[in-house]
Amino acid sequence: MASEGKPVNPPGTYLKRQDLERLPGIIRYKPSARYLFAAGQALSRFLKGLKEGKILGVRCPVCGRVYVPPRAYCEYCHAPTSEWVELPGTGVVHTAVVSYIATDRSRMEKPEIVGVIRLDAPGYREDSYEFAGLFHKICGVTPEQVMDGSVIGMRVKPRWKPPEERTGSITDIECFEPVEGGEQ
Amino acid sequence: MRVNLHVKDRVAIVGAGMTLFRRRLLETPRELAWEAVRQALDEAGLTLRDIDCIVTGTAPDAFDGVHFNGEYLADGAGGFGKPVSRVYVGGGTGVMVPIAAWWHAASGHCDTVLAVAEEKMSPAMPHPQYVFAYIWDPILERPLGPNLIWIFAMEMRRYMYKCGAKKEDIALVSVKNKGNALDHPAAQAAAKITVEDVLNSELLVWPVNRLDISPVSDGAVALVIAREKTARRITDSPVWIEGVGFTLDNTHWYNRELAYPRYVQYAARMAYRMAGIERPWKEIDVAEPYDPFDYKELHHIEGLMLARPCEAWKLVKEGYFDRDGELPTSPSGGLLGVGNPIAAAGLMKVAEIFWQLRYEAGKRQVRKPVHKGVAQAWGDLMQAGTVIVLGN
Repeated sequence: MASEGKPVNPPGTYLKRQDLERLPGIIRYKPSARYLFAAGQALSRFLKGLKEGKILGVRCPVCGRVYVPPRAYCEYCHAPTSEWVELPGTGVVHTAVVSYIATDRSRMEKPEIVGVIRLDAPGYREDSYEFAGLFHKICGVTPEQVMDGSVIGMRVKPRWKPPEERTGSITDIECFEPVEGGEQ
Repeated sequence: MRVNLHVKDRVAIVGAGMTLFRRRLLETPRELAWEAVRQALDEAGLTLRDIDCIVTGTAPDAFDGVHFNGEYLADGAGGFGKPVSRVYVGGGTGVMVPIAAWWHAASGHCDTVLAVAEEKMSPAMPHPQYVFAYIWDPILERPLGPNLIWIFAMEMRRYMYKCGAKKEDIALVSVKNKGNALDHPAAQAAAKITVEDVLNSELLVWPVNRLDISPVSDGAVALVIAREKTARRITDSPVWIEGVGFTLDNTHWYNRELAYPRYVQYAARMAYRMAGIERPWKEIDVAEPYDPFDYKELHHIEGLMLARPCEAWKLVKEGYFDRDGELPTSPSGGLLGVGNPIAAAGLMKVAEIFWQLRYEAGKRQVRKPVHKGVAQAWGDLMQAGTVIVLGN
């Protein structure tokens, strides 16, 4: 039994940031790529619904699952999901966190609370592994409430932008906020 | 009971090699692949001429900054003039590479295969985390300006809520793994730290602090894989690939219970069934669950059925998963300690089980006798589970 242990002398040359900057032939490169994404069969209709202040889902005619966000086909049955249903928009917080960093990892001036909302939708048991839900911002709660656990399970509803400011985007919902007088 | 699987031949790992894992390495991606391959071939006592096929793995091309990174790496990985294929399942890639190498050999198509994984994350500016912006759904997720750590924080928070674990309980995983890495010659983030150090490190996205996360790394790992007859000619102590499993869940991570990774369980069941393992919590001697975040190791221990759901954090407290514990996990030091060059990190875990089962891990060798080990990786938007079971 070798006392040294594998791997033996792993190769590689470590550079400090300033060593890297001093290397000859350093290339600085910024790709420029632009995209125009179509939202697709199912999400285009969903986004149109958001513009009208509605949260829409689809039901699979075979297994009965209700999908929010909607998909054009059922992931389990691969059948087309043609039946649209309008949800009340209310739900409970599945998980919530407090972000202190932005997309590029810079510090945010004001922390942001985001989470997963489990929406009230027909056909799902309370403790089911799958559910209809959205990833979104959560407002009207404090970081302390997120940390002490009182936000998870809280009943919430969407806070809509005024109709004239809606563009048919997920951000037509500003955030999800606590339902007044809603039980925990 | 083993399943009646129609394979042409049993397949073994006969050599492993790796580079240093570091935040910034001078070497190019292909040079890293070459260094790792060279060491693996040396360990097996082979040269490139003895190799029939190559399987490579590397995570999103945007890190290395070169599209078709698989082809770009091919010659460094030893693929010139040979059948080369690249597999990709995000962070799960590192374990998918030896799985694909297994079927190359088990089918009888290739006698010897190099499994090579490489990642060079450091070139991405201002921080590699920015590159992860492109894995989010462009329609529903990117408009919210997410950072990748959000999704982990959400999962960790849900695990804490559902299982009653506290941040200080979970931080013990980081303490254990960074400590284990002190004995790993390639380690980048080895340290003797305390739970307080984790809790007092920079708060990124509550409940995730800086030391809850593995570092940004460059590095490469390679394995030499061979069919039984050749393997026995190469070495007296081949390590057999006894089971492989891999599954994908849907991309809609926000439509699922985040406290339990069912995709890992599906993959584990597939691998255990093939390996004839019925009670993994008793039959597995050493494990390398994927640990890019400390809670992830607990999550994956439960997905691998090495502990009951919501119980892994209690067992960590008892020292059950320590190197001299009942079921050592991440004896290498894991991604938290050795480093996380994404695809290479997963393959490092497989290499560790290989060295453990050959009793070649030196100071990292676990105290108990070992016969069977499991390595696992996870990838994409809480979707991919890849599992490999090895035996000596």
